[in-house]
Amino acid sequence: MEPKVLTGEHFINGDIACAEGAIAAGCTFFGAYPITPATEVAERMSERLPDVCGIFIQMEDEIAAMTSILGAAWTGVKTMTATSGPGFSLMMETVGLAVVTETPCVVVNVQRGGPSTGLPTMGAQADMMQAKWGSHGDYEIIAIAPSSPQEMFDLTIEAFNLSEKYRVPVFIMSDEVVGHMSEKVLIPEAKEIKTVARIKPKGRKDQFKPYQPGENGVPPMPAIGDGYNVHVTGLTHDEQGYPVMSVDTQKDMMNRLLSKIRDNLDDIIRTEEYLLDDADIVIVSYGVSARTAFTAVDMARQMGIRVGLLRLITVWPFPEEMIRDLSKRVKGFVTVEINMGQISREVQRCAGANAPSYLVGHAGGTVITPDEVIHLIKEAF
Amino acid sequence: MPSLQEMAKKEGAFAGGHRMCAGCPVPIFTKMLTRVTDGYEIVAGNATCCLEVASSIFPYSAWKIPWIHTAFENVGASMSGVETMYRALKKRGKITKPYKFIAIGGDGGTYDIGLQSLSGAMERGHDLVYICYDNGAYMNTGVQRSSATPMGATTTTTPMGEQSYGRQGNRKDLSRIMVAHNIGYVAQASIHDPVDLSEKLKKAIELDGPAFINLLSPCIPGWKIAPDMAVELARLGVETKYWPLYEVIDGEYKINYTPKKEVPVTEWMFLQGRFKHLNKPEYSDVVDAFQKDVERNWNWIVRQAASVELLSAEVN
Repeated sequence: MEPKVLTGEHFINGDIACAEGAIAAGCTFFGAYPITPATEVAERMSERLPDVCGIFIQMEDEIAAMTSILGAAWTGVKTMTATSGPGFSLMMETVGLAVVTETPCVVVNVQRGGPSTGLPTMGAQADMMQAKWGSHGDYEIIAIAPSSPQEMFDLTIEAFNLSEKYRVPVFIMSDEVVGHMSEKVLIPEAKEIKTVARIKPKGRKDQFKPYQPGENGVPPMPAIGDGYNVHVTGLTHDEQGYPVMSVDTQKDMMNRLLSKIRDNLDDIIRTEEYLLDDADIVIVSYGVSARTAFTAVDMARQMGIRVGLLRLITVWPFPEEMIRDLSKRVKGFVTVEINMGQISREVQRCAGANAPSYLVGHAGGTVITPDEVIHLIKEAF
Repeated sequence: MPSLQEMAKKEGAFAGGHRMCAGCPVPIFTKMLTRVTDGYEIVAGNATCCLEVASSIFPYSAWKIPWIHTAFENVGASMSGVETMYRALKKRGKITKPYKFIAIGGDGGTYDIGLQSLSGAMERGHDLVYICYDNGAYMNTGVQRSSATPMGATTTTTPMGEQSYGRQGNRKDLSRIMVAHNIGYVAQASIHDPVDLSEKLKKAIELDGPAFINLLSPCIPGWKIAPDMAVELARLGVETKYWPLYEVIDGEYKINYTPKKEVPVTEWMFLQGRFKHLNKPEYSDVVDAFQKDVERNWNWIVRQAASVELLSAEVN
């Protein structure tokens, strides 16, 4: 039996670090379905969850894996699943169900090359727009992009905390490279790890409204069995949780689902800046590609080009204001990502006519080299 | 039926040079499949699985026939589309050659994620042979349990250890689920008996309508066995009655092989690394439960076959 938090220095890959982060965050339910390159997360959880009296359950497909974590979450526990492209696609209907029922859960996508079966054993970052828009209807979610095994640990805890706080699915948008690379991971003492649990309702049970917003616009969430009336439905519902098919109810529900994220951007958005203060050119990157970007910044600086990096730790919600502010004082943006132009379009949208936005993209299967970034910077600016 | 010697001389439509594991029986059946289809043009669909990956590694393909790789969960559905369109084109006189359609999947892609798609294809009555090669886990992704994994087997998602003896509970009986679709032909076959297997493949292909064959296919890394042991373990799977050879034609059960003597299932289990941990006195209850389940299943099939004989005796 190993303890809940494996305090100490480890040399482990990103998938394993993610599983350890989940356990340290208090995850006690994992709904699994094997898929390369995310299988190691499931395998580790199947070994580790019995240590913490947790439940590992292998489901018959990713639709079931995703749906099982919603069911389990409604019993009051922290839940997670992990997948890659094809499985992520199958999960999409239930992502919408998680959003509309405001069910906290964490979904790990260790991205591989797509579309379809694509490149099962090789990395990409091409599911970024799917994370935001993959399920039907309007919604806001949170997506985090770890750049290292250490961040797979740290940000998985962060993902649980945000998910519990905002009652929203949080995506960990990793990739095959980060998932399969092994590096040193420092796991702190259990008492140093900050974890957040969902707020439970207080007060009279007969007057309880499951979707009446509390602080930050987020309704307190009872567990099945707490004695509060729980009515969970994917239909448009009022504060009582009952289906109401009306224009006004749809408007009210949508406004609250969107505003609980949009009104709390300062609390949710995390970025890292590197030599940005005096930068003329801003590289925007995330996940494994941010590692390329750090080197590219250093190389450019050595050449006397003032380049800085804005690393997106949360990709969704997108830091629109930061890009807009930067666009007023810089020569332009370069987005480095392993896809054919996804987040670069967001940068372009936010920068508008203030500054041009370029893409150093890749179809997937390997990482982008710093030379490719330097090449573009020299050509474009 | 040509003799095995004659059949072995046929080239078949599945070429060597693929990258299945050494000793894997799946290419044996695939070769055989393409050697019993005389007189037909064959179109094969492959769910994502070991066979699909290892037979089509860029820039090569082992398939000398039209071959479609679909996603993991839907080879039944994509071949339904192919077969339906073929019938439409035939009706319009645009195709004259006789075509037959085959879908192949592993147990993960058939018992689990592909079950809905398989069920739909069988229920709609497409002229389609679905062959599941059952190796009892998700071997392609590194041995995770599936609903075909036998009780007690250690896999990477049902690891044996302090808290667990491996996979809990019984495997799903997919063959019986397929019988419940009231299709013309359902059979269980094994890789060790090429005569029985080739006859079943031929019957399934020649049938006008849906057919399903469930094939026991030992896996070298997944069962943790030596590369020369696959055929022997398939044979023992049948001799111990873990995997009864039977066929169900229009709902009527027929046992194709009755073992000559009682062989305990441990003779099969303990040759495999995935069950080795159970070979201890403290796990005797698990092994006993396994043996009981094997007997229960065999007896059930015997009763079905006996009732068929009884009914036909009454009729006569």
